[in-house]
Amino acid sequence: MTVKTLDSAPDPTAVGAVPAATPGTAHGAAPEVIPPSGSLQPSPARWRALARRAAAQLGSAILLLWAVATIVFFLQHMVPGDPALAILGGASANPPQETVQAVREQYGFDQPILVQYVAFLGGLLHLDIGESYTMKESVLAVIGEQIVPTLQLTATALLIAWGIALALTLASAGRSGLVGRIGSAIEVVFAALPHFWLGVVLLVVFAVVLQWLPVVDGGPLGLILPSLTLGIPLGGFLAQVTRDEFDAALREPFVLSARSRGATLHDVRWRHVLRHAALPGIALSGWGLGSLISGAVVVEVIFSRQGIGQVLVSAVTAQDLPLVVGVTFVVALVYVVANLLTDLAYVAVDPRLRTSIGRAS
Amino acid sequence: MTLLAPAPDTALAAEAPRPPSRAARRGPLRRPGVLLAGGVVGLVVLAALAPGLLAHQDPLEIDLAASFDAPSLQHPFGTDQSGRDVYSRVVHGAGQSLTIGLGATAIGLLGALALGLTGGLGGRFADVAVTRVIEVLYAFPGILLALILIAVYGNSALTQMVAVGVASMPGYARMVRGQVLSVKGSLYVEAARSLGHSPLRILLRTILPNTFRPLTVLITLGIGQAIVWAAALGFLGMGVQPPTAEWGAMLNAGRNYIQQAWWMDFFPGITIVLFTLSLTVIGRHLQRATDSGAAR
Repeated sequence: MTVKTLDSAPDPTAVGAVPAATPGTAHGAAPEVIPPSGSLQPSPARWRALARRAAAQLGSAILLLWAVATIVFFLQHMVPGDPALAILGGASANPPQETVQAVREQYGFDQPILVQYVAFLGGLLHLDIGESYTMKESVLAVIGEQIVPTLQLTATALLIAWGIALALTLASAGRSGLVGRIGSAIEVVFAALPHFWLGVVLLVVFAVVLQWLPVVDGGPLGLILPSLTLGIPLGGFLAQVTRDEFDAALREPFVLSARSRGATLHDVRWRHVLRHAALPGIALSGWGLGSLISGAVVVEVIFSRQGIGQVLVSAVTAQDLPLVVGVTFVVALVYVVANLLTDLAYVAVDPRLRTSIGRAS
Repeated sequence: MTLLAPAPDTALAAEAPRPPSRAARRGPLRRPGVLLAGGVVGLVVLAALAPGLLAHQDPLEIDLAASFDAPSLQHPFGTDQSGRDVYSRVVHGAGQSLTIGLGATAIGLLGALALGLTGGLGGRFADVAVTRVIEVLYAFPGILLALILIAVYGNSALTQMVAVGVASMPGYARMVRGQVLSVKGSLYVEAARSLGHSPLRILLRTILPNTFRPLTVLITLGIGQAIVWAAALGFLGMGVQPPTAEWGAMLNAGRNYIQQAWWMDFFPGITIVLFTLSLTVIGRHLQRATDSGAAR
């Protein structure tokens, strides 16, 4: 059992229904050697199998989103106290009874809960997530304004994380002695750095003391420190996963066979081993994006960046539940889409899957 | 990654026991890193149990003349906006931060046990249901679940602890379920069954202990994770409120003065980093030790 830090990451070896490679064809041959050129183009039967797989995944994704919507809806209704009072500024505001009644009717709180639930689900289908209590604006509009900077931040951070993971793995994985140990130590430390601390240190060093970069969000330069803060811990984590796999792949017979065919060690590491080693990391990237969005909440606060993280923090503090629910739902949506994309990337990197999916059905 | 496909049950079981590494055969005392990590954890635990031994100044004593003093001999970690000594606040904060971390881990584990045992032992239908529940929980990444709970139940130290616990539950539940399944299919359970042991006895004497043993490593790491998450929530202004000496609350207070008093955030932060890093080092050491123990 391999144990990594950084949130409760799903077990990288437990990735979905990726069929275990058949012994003999799997590690026995280097990826670019197995498929005789024609077999990479899936036959009609394989296309159908791929399409079925995609449809099944889409179905599960929709089910998952429905479950998320149900949970957040019922959580929202477990709030102690009268939501109408909360909208009007809490019990201490002491609004007149008619106003409270009017708000109840306006938001539909006087309806039975199941009617409200159906209305909520119906609203989701029309992309209507309700209206923010505090901003008196449609939740969708608020999120629409703020999600772009957050996605920019998380995407940049994911690239940085992969850059760090690949650099550390290629430089030090599978090497004995000091280099390997230093690389492995760097990964452990990186993965253990909490965003709130790393962000503050980077901010103080590079923006306050050295003054190389702006303190407050300003243009593309302002993206550097926040995305480093987010990317470095995930990079350390991905590097740990990749290194384990890299070490295992180095012991595979195909390394020896490639070497005996005259490939240089450098060649083997780059072209054969890395491809195997990157797989679990790729599989974890969808989850990684989710953890980056969660981290973005903290990072956006440190660097006073615009984004749904900031929106979420102020919504939680003000107990503005429609906004909290909306942001949560959008994050779950991003997470689900990211995982679907990861799955595609997985098939692209691992040609064994393209054939095995067809064969399995 | 197939989004909703259950994790293959073999994930934990299939990993071949590694050959005992040279590092693992050496005892913990001969590994300087592990020794150092043990020292850090020991100091933090001491600070939590008897803060007076490590810090002599009152963590709440206000001295406005000394506000924002940079680290010096008298105030090794500097002072905050009201002139309180940051070092004694870090020392006195250990107790509350550790309590929140341990409490959250316990809550997460209890929930995970309920889920994981149901999934692992409750038959096919229960297993599918539990797997789905875990997947849905995973769709609330990181501290998001904790934030929702705080939004619903309001901002308090107790909500903070419960919220972190619930947020850590899916990770543990997945491990427990996988572990139960692999133990259930093992030869020694079959042996116990063929010896005629009652199902209850098999559950309590064979399955539970063997499920827990590998989890101890995870729990070591999980406590660190829980403390980091609780501190992140505190940093955002949720949970214990200033001026209480608690690491997350201190981070939150320091946030507004980053530009003039970096030490207010730096020192509580590095304490958390060193503590969680030490737990990681110890956890990895334990893991190597159990792995090589299994191989022997």
